[in-house]
Amino acid sequence: MKSTFLAAALAAGLAATPAMAQTAPAVLFDVGGKFDRSFNQAAYEGAERFKRETGVQYSEFEITNTAEREQAIRNLARRGASVVVAVGFSNRAAVETVAKEFPNVRFTLIDSVVDLPNVQSVTFREHEGSFLVGMAAALASRTGKVGFVGGMDVPIIRKFHRGFEEGAKHANAQVEVFMNMTGTTPAAFRDPTRGAELARGQFDRGVDVVFAAAGATGIGVYQAAKDAGRLAIGVDSNQNHLHPGTMLTSMTKRVDVAVYEAMTQARAGTWRPGARVLGLREEGVGMAIDEHNRRLITPEMERRIAEARQAIIEGRIVVTDVTAAR
Amino acid sequence: MRAKGELPAWIDVVVLPLANLTLAFALSGLVVIAVGEDPVKAMRVLVQGAIGHPEAIAFTLYYATNFVFTGLAVAVAFHAGLFNIGGEGQAYIAGLGVALVCLYLDFLPWPLVFLLALAAGMGFGAAWGAVPGWLQARRGSHIVITTIMFNFIAAALMTYLLSHVLLDPGHGAPETRRFLPGATLPSMQTMLGWIGVDAPRSPLNLAFFLALIAAFLVHVYIRHTRWGYALRVVGQNEQAARYAGIDPGRAIVVAMAISGALAGMMALNEIMGAHQRLLAAFTSGFGFVGIAVALMGRNHPVGVCLAALLFGALYQGGAELAFEMRGISREMVIVIQGLIILFCGALENMFRPALAALFAKPERA
Repeated sequence: MKSTFLAAALAAGLAATPAMAQTAPAVLFDVGGKFDRSFNQAAYEGAERFKRETGVQYSEFEITNTAEREQAIRNLARRGASVVVAVGFSNRAAVETVAKEFPNVRFTLIDSVVDLPNVQSVTFREHEGSFLVGMAAALASRTGKVGFVGGMDVPIIRKFHRGFEEGAKHANAQVEVFMNMTGTTPAAFRDPTRGAELARGQFDRGVDVVFAAAGATGIGVYQAAKDAGRLAIGVDSNQNHLHPGTMLTSMTKRVDVAVYEAMTQARAGTWRPGARVLGLREEGVGMAIDEHNRRLITPEMERRIAEARQAIIEGRIVVTDVTAAR
Repeated sequence: MRAKGELPAWIDVVVLPLANLTLAFALSGLVVIAVGEDPVKAMRVLVQGAIGHPEAIAFTLYYATNFVFTGLAVAVAFHAGLFNIGGEGQAYIAGLGVALVCLYLDFLPWPLVFLLALAAGMGFGAAWGAVPGWLQARRGSHIVITTIMFNFIAAALMTYLLSHVLLDPGHGAPETRRFLPGATLPSMQTMLGWIGVDAPRSPLNLAFFLALIAAFLVHVYIRHTRWGYALRVVGQNEQAARYAGIDPGRAIVVAMAISGALAGMMALNEIMGAHQRLLAAFTSGFGFVGIAVALMGRNHPVGVCLAALLFGALYQGGAELAFEMRGISREMVIVIQGLIILFCGALENMFRPALAALFAKPERA
């Protein structure tokens, strides 16, 4: 019995040495699931791209309750993953604990920061991308009223909201910005019915462009916009294709790139710990223009937004980050 | 003298739950076959994952600790004829009480911190339970409605506090800083280390023993005290209770306070033991599972403990199942857990007539 434990421990130790680069990566999806068409799905697509290009099957796990996080991450680490990618700010505590236990395993945490020598923390400057779509909303609005539907009322969603509001006001100082949060539990990220209700409520108040930063809840918002003939703005993934004609644009947050890069870097041996902050400059966030929304974005809008983008990159416009340490 | 169709006790507490459980597992097996996986393998992974090795057992017991607390909470209220759906909110608010002590009084010696956190958790939970109790007793607002509403109020309040007041800034996550080592519950690993036993790392902690003590005390309270008797009489027949000189309103408020305090103790396990920080939505639906646990455990503390163990095993084994078998997604695991709740809770009387025909003693003339 003892010798098997010893062998297992040795194997675990070995797996963490150079051979590790050959093993498969692992990804942990957050509540909402990998098919939420938004945040988690972006991570899923990054992992799938890695699989397509390398032929390496990654292991995965979808979280259902908070208590599972630490256990799932430990399970993935123990099986000798080349890198464990934990998607979502809620995994911060669990990554911190497990990364200390497995100093030879690499962890990439998306959307939050853990300061340990074997953790790579990837965060995004969502407020910058939200600023651009806020401008787009204000410029496309005929009523001068734009809306925001958030998921769970947590700091990171407030960060989207503030950026959106500042962008809208930058484009049109008179614009009125309405805001609703879907709820106060994680279920707020997967409640399309309520999302649609909130969007309709805003439409009744004159809003004609609505931005949803709410995971799977957004699907209801976009549908409501389509039904009412208003415009909606997608989030995280490029969601323009969902309802061509009423999807004004999407605030893209390249979680897919972050996941893909963590996995390929771990494979190539170029993975580095530390904090990576991806903003407009790094093209970690942006505004999606493609064949589905081309005709909704006028050249004038595009020009003004491109100008602002450049100004933010150069620091001439500073967008407020509400999550920055006070 | 038993009424017609009533069963011997051993049938009621052993055979009936086992029959329900077997049927639930059989049906789950069919579902597993339907998605193209091997049900025997799935069952093996589930059992292995729940009780197969020391770490699995530790996790099962950790989940079970939560379910003992929330199950007892529902059971106590049920003895007074009240359906407490608010365990979730009561535990959530209790987490606030525990966290306030662990964050701001952590300079005190450990035993004092522990006792204060225990008192704060139970107190906050009790208060959150007693208000709906009072509304039921004095205003006639139905307890089911008010406790559900209080869950939402708790969630709104806690999210606000965690997003704006108590949060540890700079991480984007709605949670407080980690408690200092002197303000946490020792883990089972640590405690077994004291007596020289090597245990795997797990979130199982001192709260497990608190759960067992709580179950014992609930039993004593319900069956062997005058207050417990009053509570049961009110639950059985409010008119009779009033005639016997018991104040039903008072009994209802007390029952809900105790129920809330028990649900609140779950926060000790989660906040002070496992996570060692207050985080948003830490209750994870455990409060609701407590309803199924109490139903299955027939509102008896021993039954609640056994049912909690079963649900703990299902949670832990289910997580392993989703992990090991690619064809079985997390939704499948929820389906399997749901079937078990359905058969053991909602359909618990399905086999009763058949078993009654088999085992019930003929009525004496």
